[in-house]
Amino acid sequence: MMSAGASARAARPPAGGAEGIERLEIGIPGFDVIAGGGLPAGRSTLIAGTAGSGKTLFGVQFLVAGIELYGQGGVLVSFDEPAREIARNVRSLGWDLGAYERAGRLAMVDVALVAGEEMLEAGQFDFGGLLARLERQIERVGATRVVFDSLTGIFPQFTDRNVVRRELHRVTSRLRELGVTTLMTAERAEEYGPVARYGVEEFVTDNVVILRNPLNHERRRRTLEILKFRGAAHHKGEYPFSIDERGGITVIPLAETGLKMRALTDRTSIGKPDVDQMCGGGIFRDSIVLVSGATGTGKTMMATEFLAAGLRAGERGLLYSFEESRPQILRNAASWGVDFGDAEREGMLRIDSRYPERTGLEDLLVEMRHQINDFRPVRLAIDSLSVLDRVSSGASFREFVIGLTSLIKEFELVAMCTNTTGVGGGTQSPGLTQVSTITDTIILLRYVEIASSVRRCLTILKMRGSAHDKTIREYTIGGHGMELGGPIAATSGILAGTPGARSQVRR
Amino acid sequence: MPRPRVRGAGKGELRLYVTGSTLLSLRAIENLEWSLQQELGELYDYEVIDVLEHPELAAEDGIFATPALVRRQPLPVRKLIGDLSDRELVLRSLRFGGSPREGQTR
Repeated sequence: MMSAGASARAARPPAGGAEGIERLEIGIPGFDVIAGGGLPAGRSTLIAGTAGSGKTLFGVQFLVAGIELYGQGGVLVSFDEPAREIARNVRSLGWDLGAYERAGRLAMVDVALVAGEEMLEAGQFDFGGLLARLERQIERVGATRVVFDSLTGIFPQFTDRNVVRRELHRVTSRLRELGVTTLMTAERAEEYGPVARYGVEEFVTDNVVILRNPLNHERRRRTLEILKFRGAAHHKGEYPFSIDERGGITVIPLAETGLKMRALTDRTSIGKPDVDQMCGGGIFRDSIVLVSGATGTGKTMMATEFLAAGLRAGERGLLYSFEESRPQILRNAASWGVDFGDAEREGMLRIDSRYPERTGLEDLLVEMRHQINDFRPVRLAIDSLSVLDRVSSGASFREFVIGLTSLIKEFELVAMCTNTTGVGGGTQSPGLTQVSTITDTIILLRYVEIASSVRRCLTILKMRGSAHDKTIREYTIGGHGMELGGPIAATSGILAGTPGARSQVRR
Repeated sequence: MPRPRVRGAGKGELRLYVTGSTLLSLRAIENLEWSLQQELGELYDYEVIDVLEHPELAAEDGIFATPALVRRQPLPVRKLIGDLSDRELVLRSLRFGGSPREGQTR
């Protein structure tokens, strides 16, 4: 259920992280990485967000992860809606709060107002009753994690918010004495405005985390930001996260993951012996190859042959296709002598074909993680990456690519991504410029006009960690796929799509 | 702390939830007893419950701010939060047929 714990354990402390505050690894994938190892243990943290930003889910997942991954009991204090409502809402994620409750691992303290009940203030009060109930449950289930959902529901019940603030502060102090790590959710009215609705919630807790769900290029893009960790270091800025029905929240830590991964040095075939030779003997395992070219230059064919080479070697392949339908993919592969249908039936290949608009990139990344984790492919092909750039905002595409890179490194995949350029070549979207910097190998496919005819040529622009053939080679596409010819000599400007000199092709 | 239970037929039912012997708890008990002596004693049976000893009863009545006086019968259930030092409000709220709301907010 809780995948991606591996990346959480790979957490590097952020700069200046030697403050000596003990951390509680909370087990929400990706969160602990950006939190510098976890939440400050025994402290309280406000989880603030607009309606629908995932606050309650964050809280519940915090408790579920505690029980499932660390054997830590939890207490859920519900103010806004009855605890059984919360339990029902998270059922679809496969979380059975009732079962944890029966097993004595989880307690629910229900303080939601009952409809039709009247409440009046007739003098001074404190939250002693709540504390007494809470302490009893903490003791009963051996809780080290407590969630209040939400503070927002408490304030309107009382006339003086300063009293509420003082009393909540007393509650968090007591929980701190008990060594319990507490989350309190709170609603905010705007994505970029005051931390929370009543203006005092943030003073009740030690730490503040903000969940956002703004509309960006007509798409919701969820992000998480650690606004404040009192006395403890953490990574700054907004990190995208996704909510999916299998694992709940996954925070995408971007550049913070992946860097520790070891680089594999053994080579494997790209699918074409000639091109392998140009790469200096094949491409590296756990590397990313970008095949860039105009439509019709054979990018999909290269991806097909790349997967086929894996299948021949008994390696599982996973293909994400955003441009062609499944029948088209199967038909094209068959015309190049590759039987993808058989490979799928034998469980060696999975083809995921979808419209790029269908899934937000954050969600796509999480789905890919699940798919890769389940299927354990050796080779991954994405055809094409550029279409994803087209349907998303620049920031989210950049983050997707970084997330994809760390996924590839984490699972030690060898990946091929295609990139569609204009026919003339040359210009690239800014998003894809980013991609170039993280890919290990870049293969350029170009149309060139030579002596009044259009030819195709291939060159290897970059091969990280290895020498490679730097010539520009002509190729043809025939019945057996790509046929590599000799180098094109005595010309220049091919990369720009405008050869400048009379050329000769040596055969 | 536990107070004797007084039972009678056809009477309303009050529960006062307190937390140990804090100043607020003691004041709430004192104020409740005053109200009962004034006029409510004939209308209600009551019991005082220490949440520290009986958190399960407090859970039943959804108690979190204390002291809390809960009128369980007659319906509607009515909760008075605090040490009951607003004696007027207590009387007004708990008279049968009476309305507590005169410029009060929740």
